[in-house]
Amino acid sequence: MTILDAATRKSSPIPAEMDLRACEAFLIHEARLLDEGHFDAWLALFTPDAHYWVPSQPGQTSPFDTVSLMYDDRRLLETRVRRLADPRIYSQEPRSRTSRIVTNLSSEPDNGEPGQIVRSKFMMVEYRREEQRLFAGTYMHRLLADGETLRIAMKRVDLVNCDAPLDGLVVPF
Amino acid sequence: MQMNADQSEEMLSRMVEPGRVHRRIYTDPAIFELEMSRIFGSAWTYVGHESQIKHHGDYFCARVARKPLVVVRGQDGEVRALHNQCAHRGAIVVANDAGCADEFQCCYHGWTYHLDGRLKAVPLNHGYPDDFDAKNPNTAMVQVPHVKSYRGFIFLRLAAQGQSFEDFIGYMKTSLDDMVDRAPDGEIEVAGGTFKHTYNGNWKLYLENLCDAAHPWFTHRSSIAAAQEQKDDVYSDGSGEIAIRQMRQNGAPYSFWESQVGIWTYPNGHSYLGDYHDDAKLVAAMNDPTFRDYVSALEARKGKAETQRIMEVRRWNSNIYPNLSMMSQFQQLRVIHPVAVDRTVVHTYCFKLRGAPEQMFRNTISFANVVNGTGSLVLTDDLEIYNRITLGLASEGAEWLEIGRGYKSDAPDAHGGRKGKNSTSEVYIRNMFDAWRGYMLGKAGATDRQEAVA
Repeated sequence: MTILDAATRKSSPIPAEMDLRACEAFLIHEARLLDEGHFDAWLALFTPDAHYWVPSQPGQTSPFDTVSLMYDDRRLLETRVRRLADPRIYSQEPRSRTSRIVTNLSSEPDNGEPGQIVRSKFMMVEYRREEQRLFAGTYMHRLLADGETLRIAMKRVDLVNCDAPLDGLVVPF
Repeated sequence: MQMNADQSEEMLSRMVEPGRVHRRIYTDPAIFELEMSRIFGSAWTYVGHESQIKHHGDYFCARVARKPLVVVRGQDGEVRALHNQCAHRGAIVVANDAGCADEFQCCYHGWTYHLDGRLKAVPLNHGYPDDFDAKNPNTAMVQVPHVKSYRGFIFLRLAAQGQSFEDFIGYMKTSLDDMVDRAPDGEIEVAGGTFKHTYNGNWKLYLENLCDAAHPWFTHRSSIAAAQEQKDDVYSDGSGEIAIRQMRQNGAPYSFWESQVGIWTYPNGHSYLGDYHDDAKLVAAMNDPTFRDYVSALEARKGKAETQRIMEVRRWNSNIYPNLSMMSQFQQLRVIHPVAVDRTVVHTYCFKLRGAPEQMFRNTISFANVVNGTGSLVLTDDLEIYNRITLGLASEGAEWLEIGRGYKSDAPDAHGGRKGKNSTSEVYIRNMFDAWRGYMLGKAGATDRQEAVA
């Protein structure tokens, strides 16, 4: 697997093979599934060999030589999602409520791997137990066409404050 | 018990009783301030590792008892710690987390310091009074009086007077040894970035949880259940496999914790949880080619007998009171930073074993993500517990908190410590409070043991 390298990638204003508007609709759909807590449906958007990655360092180039806030291969992502549905997930008692905005989409040059890399900006507000937190950053999705729909082969989330002292992170970004 | 704002020795001595502590010990800002000076100010505290300052002029910023420090390797190769404060107007001098420098210069009026803290130059120095003396030791970035590096681990003591490092660390030195001995080439280095996780709670709660063998089955049941139900034929690049293995291990039955796992404690508040994991539970052990290569590398450098001795040291968390926790089998280290009576930040680090296969470090990273990660499926429930304790302590329910599990069932240990009857004993918490009393009542570093060894 080649890791999407946000630090060295140049943006391209030209939509490539994939229709950016279709990608945007997909990302909005994904954000809605997360906001509404439909985590099983969210998981179903990923390919069977997908990765989900939230680096701990700005410009991090690898999940294998540096720790990550979250780094899930498909197997761990399934476990993460199953735990989110467990009634004894105490760090979600009470549940968080989230609201996301996804915007500023651009398609990114091919990195030799199948699919289209789509870069976007996001903001997420999380409310839980009388406290509200604001997260912001960059999404990088590697999307594959799957019949009429799209699938996520890789999702990278670069938080602007990824290296800050942070309270626990339970809801995926 | 009558409580008032009195900070007398008598009040402090009444906070801890055999088998229980007063809830105020976690919530009173005045007690917290005393802890900063009497415990963090007079104990030896861990600040970093020599591999973070390999070259002359390398430095990193640290913090002990909320005080900003710079730890620096001087041009003479010596490791020193300086208070990170300009002697002129009081600003911090060094603003980067780490770097390399020939000198330290304050950005306010240009006061410039040697790497050992002595004042080097003062612009416009003719404008100061006649008795201004740049060589006055007070016009310096003041050195911390005691810095000790043990096998690369840098500890310091802010107070001029107190216990020696050797008396402080005692037998727990063997846990530091175990971190280093596991490297085939005999050296380890900090690598792989840091987590900084935070919670709304007192610093003591963190150390009290690290050797708590009775909590995983409840606190971590969501991740235990999710991992137990996970199908193993789903794609993994190895990272998820290690995480899931650890989550399942957390679900070991009480009989396991009460028979196989042990808890050992030593003077000055130190402890370790042992025999939780052998390598076969952490990795696929000798079925795992990386682990086989690693053991071969160790045997080639250290011989079979020494390798076997190292492999049989099975310590889970080793806690060196008041600010350090280590896990040598997966090269993890945590530093506890109290911020306020109800706010704590923990910085976590990984170590790379020199001479070990590259894949070993990849496993170390995967393990760090699951046990220390801010977004971990496990740690997030521990952080929730600390937050809930803080919420609960505002209650007028229980005035005293129980730490009596296993009380009076401890056994003496050959190295001057106390061993719990089994791993679910709270002896390690009572042991920390014995040290707490010692420090807080001014017997700096002396354990004030309340409990007779059976």
